[in-house]
Amino acid sequence: MKLLRELFFPLVAVLAAFVVGGILILLIGDSPIQAYKLLIGSAFSWPDGIGYTLFYATPLIFTGLAVLVAFRCGLLNIGAEGQLYVAAFATAWVGITLAQRSAWLLIPLCFLAAVVAGGVWGAIPGILKARFGSHEVINTIMLNFIGVALVSYFTQYHYKKPGDPIMESTEIGAGAHIARLGKFVPGLPERIPLNLAFILALVCCLLVYLFLWRTKWGYELRSTGASPTAAEYGGISIRKQIIIAMTVSGALAGMVGINEVLGYRHRYYDGFSDNYGFTGIAVALLGRNHPAGVIVAALLFGVLQRGGIYVDGFSEHVTKDIVQVLQGTIILFVAAEAFFRSQFGTGIVRRLKG
Amino acid sequence: METLKELFTVALIWSTVRTATPLILAALGGLFSERSGVINIALEGMMLAGAFTAAAVTYAVGNPFIGLACGMVAGLAIALIHAVVCIRYRADQVVTGTAINIFMFGMPAFLSGAFFLSSGSTPQIPREQLVPRLPIFIAFALVLVTWYVLYKTPFGLRLRAVGENPEAADAAGVRVAPMRYAGVLLSGVLAGLGGAYLSIGQSSLFTRNMTSGRGFIALAALIFGKWRPVQTLLACLLFGFTEAVSYQMQGVVKLPSGDDIPVQFVQMVPYVLTIVVLAGFIGHSRPPRALGQPYQKER
Repeated sequence: MKLLRELFFPLVAVLAAFVVGGILILLIGDSPIQAYKLLIGSAFSWPDGIGYTLFYATPLIFTGLAVLVAFRCGLLNIGAEGQLYVAAFATAWVGITLAQRSAWLLIPLCFLAAVVAGGVWGAIPGILKARFGSHEVINTIMLNFIGVALVSYFTQYHYKKPGDPIMESTEIGAGAHIARLGKFVPGLPERIPLNLAFILALVCCLLVYLFLWRTKWGYELRSTGASPTAAEYGGISIRKQIIIAMTVSGALAGMVGINEVLGYRHRYYDGFSDNYGFTGIAVALLGRNHPAGVIVAALLFGVLQRGGIYVDGFSEHVTKDIVQVLQGTIILFVAAEAFFRSQFGTGIVRRLKG
Repeated sequence: METLKELFTVALIWSTVRTATPLILAALGGLFSERSGVINIALEGMMLAGAFTAAAVTYAVGNPFIGLACGMVAGLAIALIHAVVCIRYRADQVVTGTAINIFMFGMPAFLSGAFFLSSGSTPQIPREQLVPRLPIFIAFALVLVTWYVLYKTPFGLRLRAVGENPEAADAAGVRVAPMRYAGVLLSGVLAGLGGAYLSIGQSSLFTRNMTSGRGFIALAALIFGKWRPVQTLLACLLFGFTEAVSYQMQGVVKLPSGDDIPVQFVQMVPYVLTIVVLAGFIGHSRPPRALGQPYQKER
């Protein structure tokens, strides 16, 4: 029963967004049914549809988890975009610098680079909030731009192959490549970039669940989010929790770099993120800020992402931009209804007062 | 000295004024919204709405003034969504703003794909149908108007009151929700105008994501300017200046080593400054006290 209630509002939000999208499609003179058929239907073919859908869902699981962890502490991390860029570059940097080393050393170091770089970029607004009380939303927005400019500088001036017109780094060492799932799954060709990072994302969902609901640290973090004053009376240091939450959040966002650099492109490609960080907010909200919900929501957006390409190719007027329109509308509906539900709603109000 | 002279030319001042104009318009918009207590990170989306609509309408009817007006209406429409969801439904204002930005990132491309059969941009508008000067004068004049409205009129007093202490304002007979609607809707009109200037003032068409973060720079300028009109103008000029310099500097100013100064570091300046100011290192920037708090009347 409880599960049903949890599912009800997200479903309504998604359906409402599809209705709005359908009306827009009608207005520009296309058939919504045909557009939605392309958008959703193309995602379930084997192996291409499913393989790509899971591949597109992978970064969204990471960023969804990142937003979730911060949210549970009463913080809104809209800096996942910057965190994942910095982390992806750091991953590539280790992969390039230590290119000659064996996989046994290189892969753990590259993982570490992604987690540490993302964590540091997330910790900065955490520390600024804990130490100076400055709002994490503004600081994460600013750090997005700073992070993107910083890695674009390093790519352009230090790690680009001379003469290459594309803003991308040189290739990482072969030891740093992680396997594509096609290697293990019969029938799934290896050209589909779905890789081990997807498994890592699922593992992270489990770890985040265990961390938040089965450890003392997670309990303290959630208490801070639910009621900072009560948590403080209970002897929990709010400042410490803010820094921990933002660091963990940034580290999770950073793991997008593992999927992108080690599993997919094997280099740092400037501007690779298709708004993964911002979509993570939609994923977390739609997933009711629960790791299981994040998986479902990320899969839904993965489906849309995959379908968008088909819509672009096969429908007359509708372009893949309908995906962004739908995503924005879904968040709007989810945000507006959050306040009809007391428990989660009051948490946000308290956060903004704090 | 010579390089300095080369850099600080009339052209640079003019270029600063032009790059600052959309920032000023959007930041003044943000000022009305945030002084009324509603966070507005949707400025970016509202600018995109204004930019696209102004270009599309001007192309269709051939009159830039109708284009400007429609751009403002488009900003207003987006602001209305923000206002209803945030004020009526008391949703999280940051989440709502993010949703609007994602929505408006896709919407212009979606529409231009349908109407102009090009994904992301509108057709070129002839030169004589552009308005390169008018919005600049409007922007600078609006700084004074905003200052006057905010500090010298009953409307401004009420707007500030509901942003600082809605309970007290309510007790004094000010209706909180209508004031906040006014603040948010004004922000949409102004941000829409700022966006319109980008497409039919500075440029001659709309291109995909043409605001490229200017809504956020405007927000930064608003914070840097401590939510006050004149200081915000100065912040916009400073940020406009860094943008103008980053164009002009290429190949003119060199590091002692003889290399170009990477443009990325100049681009970072507004964002770094904002973080520094917000942390209180250079004076303290204090937001309106009730910023971000939905208001519910006591029953």
